Amino acid sequence: MSQLDPFLAAGLFIILAPVVGVLITGLDRILTARMQGRVGPPVLQPLYDIGKLFQKRQVAVWGAQSFFIFCYLIFIVFTGALFFAGGDILLVIFAFTLGHVFLVLGAYVSYSPYAHIGAERELIQLMAVEPMIIIAAIGLYQVNGSFLVGEMANHPGLPILLLPGVFLGFIFILTFKLRKSPFDLATSHHAHQELVKGSTTEFSGWTLAMVELAHIYELVVMLGFIWLFFGDHLWLCVIAIAAIMFLEILVDNCTSRIKWQDALISAWFVTLVAGAGNIFALSIM
Amino acid sequence: MSYLQKSPWIIHYDASSCNGCDIEVLACLTPLYDVERFGILNTGNPKHADIFVITGGVNEMNKEVVQNIYEQMPNPKVVVAVGICACSGGVFRECYNISGGVATVIPVDVYVPGCAARPESIIDGIVQALGILEEKRNEMKTGTKEAA
Repeated sequence: MSQLDPFLAAGLFIILAPVVGVLITGLDRILTARMQGRVGPPVLQPLYDIGKLFQKRQVAVWGAQSFFIFCYLIFIVFTGALFFAGGDILLVIFAFTLGHVFLVLGAYVSYSPYAHIGAERELIQLMAVEPMIIIAAIGLYQVNGSFLVGEMANHPGLPILLLPGVFLGFIFILTFKLRKSPFDLATSHHAHQELVKGSTTEFSGWTLAMVELAHIYELVVMLGFIWLFFGDHLWLCVIAIAAIMFLEILVDNCTSRIKWQDALISAWFVTLVAGAGNIFALSIM
Repeated sequence: MSYLQKSPWIIHYDASSCNGCDIEVLACLTPLYDVERFGILNTGNPKHADIFVITGGVNEMNKEVVQNIYEQMPNPKVVVAVGICACSGGVFRECYNISGGVATVIPVDVYVPGCAARPESIIDGIVQALGILEEKRNEMKTGTKEAA
């Protein structure tokens, strides 16, 4: 990564992330279908969905939601570009959070009770996830001595060996970020949940397309975080990502949505025990 | 073939059906028929839907609900009436509270008769609806017929 010009790396992310994200999401949907004994859609189905949404008419009770969702997409893309350009990981995390705040605002704009509850749950998810992401950044700093993603990615060893607890905690909160059961509180890719489509209920047309696109960018950013745990062992990282995605899909298909209280407490418990415990052990070593 | 035809999302509403057709609609999602092969998803949200799959003869109580769902769907959109009750009111046609088919409330594009309609014919009806969906999009693009 450091060999690449930062602007080139950011540009490559903006162009290639949707390709990678669509393929991973498409494979995810096929694997989910196979686990349920079905054939499943084509691999490029997420692309067809987004293309379709751009062809639909936009219906919005209040136009501000499109603006907020546009900001959401922009900040998620900015986050990813900053990350892959080798920027400061703290700035990456704050931009990431800001993006999600725009998503919450977009959901709050409408008068739909489903969207409102979805937005509230989106905030709860942020509360559950943020401490672990910050702890992951601290852990990676302890190992690398730098907050720059560019330097972390060139770590000659395997940071995961020093950060097993942080890695475990990160995998746990990844379920929130990928919107998979049992932590798909705010919105889900599956139909017939108790909240219909939750925070995305009121979006249609290209607003919904931007949400889907932002999810795809987000997926690539989250998988980028996993890369940092493997330094420059790229093959090991690819195998790990494949294994983690398989595990996430398996858990998604085996569990049902849980109450927000349980989601929040379990996330904080894992953060405190695995994440903070790991940081503490590392600091006294 | 445009993206629209590759990713039709449906919303299913039971307008006083006996649930026979509803079970057949849901059977389309099961491993045997698996409509997700064609990118078809059951969204349950009118604002995300392209195809309105409706069963039952529509009674006086849910007339407004049917209209409301139809109006919330963004264009282009199509309506598929599934089952003989949705097509014409069926055996309930003469009932004092039945409007006598979905077409009395909202415009219907495809009729799928049967009591209950077979999953194969429901899928066939939805595939035919895709052609109409594409036509409506072209109309929307060229502006020949602008729907509200």
